[in-house]
Amino acid sequence: MLLEMAGEAGEGRLAVGGLSYPALLEQARRAAAWLGQRDAANVGLVDVNSAAGPIALFGAAIAGRPFAPVNYRWSDDQLRRAAERLAPAVLIVDAPVVARLAGVDGVEVVTREAFLGALAGVDAPDLPADETDAPAVLLFTSGTSGDPKVAVLRHDNLVSYILGTVEFMGADDDEAALVSVPPYHVAGIAGMLSGIYGGRRIVQLPAFDPEEWVEVADAERVTHAMVVPTMLSRILEVLDARPDVKLPALRHLAYGGGRMPVPVIEAAVARLPHVSFVNAYGLTETSSTISVLTPDDHRDAVASDDPGVRRRLGSVGRPLPTVEVEVRDADGKALGPGEPGEIWVRGDQVSGEYLGVGSVRDEGGWFPTKDGGWIDDEGYLFIEGRLDDVIVRGGENISPGEIEDVLLSHPCVADAAVCGVPDSDWGEAVAAVVVAAPGAQVDVAELQAFVRDRLRSAKTPARIEVRDALPYNDNGKLMRRLLKAELHSGG
Amino acid sequence: MELKAGARLKSQVDETQVIVVRAPQGDVELSCGGAPMVALDADGPGGELDPAWAGGTQLGKRYADEDAGIEVLCTKAGKGSLALNGAPLGLKQAKPLPASD
Repeated sequence: MLLEMAGEAGEGRLAVGGLSYPALLEQARRAAAWLGQRDAANVGLVDVNSAAGPIALFGAAIAGRPFAPVNYRWSDDQLRRAAERLAPAVLIVDAPVVARLAGVDGVEVVTREAFLGALAGVDAPDLPADETDAPAVLLFTSGTSGDPKVAVLRHDNLVSYILGTVEFMGADDDEAALVSVPPYHVAGIAGMLSGIYGGRRIVQLPAFDPEEWVEVADAERVTHAMVVPTMLSRILEVLDARPDVKLPALRHLAYGGGRMPVPVIEAAVARLPHVSFVNAYGLTETSSTISVLTPDDHRDAVASDDPGVRRRLGSVGRPLPTVEVEVRDADGKALGPGEPGEIWVRGDQVSGEYLGVGSVRDEGGWFPTKDGGWIDDEGYLFIEGRLDDVIVRGGENISPGEIEDVLLSHPCVADAAVCGVPDSDWGEAVAAVVVAAPGAQVDVAELQAFVRDRLRSAKTPARIEVRDALPYNDNGKLMRRLLKAELHSGG
Repeated sequence: MELKAGARLKSQVDETQVIVVRAPQGDVELSCGGAPMVALDADGPGGELDPAWAGGTQLGKRYADEDAGIEVLCTKAGKGSLALNGAPLGLKQAKPLPASD
């Protein structure tokens, strides 16, 4: 439905990969007809970003089959296991993936080139998009142990998100969005839908690379982009090395998908003063964004002397008008302003549903995010991180995030991660792993004193280890559990 | 009929289609071109467009009556105009949110 509308109104505008809106709709209808010739229940994609992604996404929607993008960086075992779970399925893949999926039962593997080539030979009947409350997108969550859960996003969820947040064909003619998050990330799906419904030309980066991001953003006169925090800090490194690059066309940079360290966003605002920044908080299970810190919020926070307002630079802003957010204690009781607890969310875009598990929403329709946080008296939401990551030291709950922010603000520290390690006195103790800034030497005792001065001794890492790099997964998420296990076994 | 958010409806007398964004409580009549709108999968259009309700609908625009608690979004444009229980729905100005993805 979303693309049908765009196909009708977007005459003369480019959608993605050089295709106009009517041409994209035509290709999606051909893809639907092609899928109709197959008895696949699901349509998988194991590929980098390319025009085949949106064609398959919308084609699957028209054909009434769920679209399931899978992480092509997974190991052979993980990929094959995912393919088995999607069977019977047709998987559209990057050529090197074909061999890796050979012999999985019930799975037809087609390369991107063969898929696009086959569309030329299919008629594009004027198929109506047969959307109901059926599953539209299946996303494998980035669980670190066992089989990842598969979040089910229904057409209703996604349509509600888009209608609630994007104005139809509201983009100016010169607007272009750079999509560099992978297609298997909810932000990749949301970026595709928002761009197309909003009428914004989409420029795709096959896979994120900071040098290439800067090159393409400059050359394509990109106006809008969404990045995860690690991407932004790597982009800033490239920009630091190239003071001549100003990215004058860029006017809107959204970030989300993980906790943004305050020093990084401050540096970004300083380096790109003409850009409006938006912090978006959301989860796979909530069809992307549920809360935004707007450009004005950013400006007000940076300009303010009031610590309460200034602090909001570290918040994720206020919930969308179409979404309700509540903070609850462990017994499920709603908490007031400033009281930390678990974040719960409700709204039509919230799925909270997993394949083979069903819905985990409560009887009132609320979904527990497993994120800890609190809301200030003006409704700004602060995220303290995954509840599983909270350090319990002597009965006190300590969030790694604020300690990491302090460590990162030290000039000798390039990157930092904090987690709890077992401790005989305190139950858990605070441990930190830091990466030294280029050319700098980390003095552990001095760094501990630095944290103690700014926070207090309970929050000062009892142990600080210096390493060359921290472990991130390819969505840019810090693999805290892995780090914790390493620190534990390392004694 | 009882409206539900997310429901898709079509006009019986012109090309107009809408999706319900916000549904009012209880039994109401949503009409287009002077005739009640029906479910998208109902049998094809029948009847004549009432010239009194021929202001037209625009693709992608929102139509609402705040007091009645209804908002619909036009997913296919047509010649008819929309009304709830006989009262015309006005064009709603969008309050844009910043792009977040």
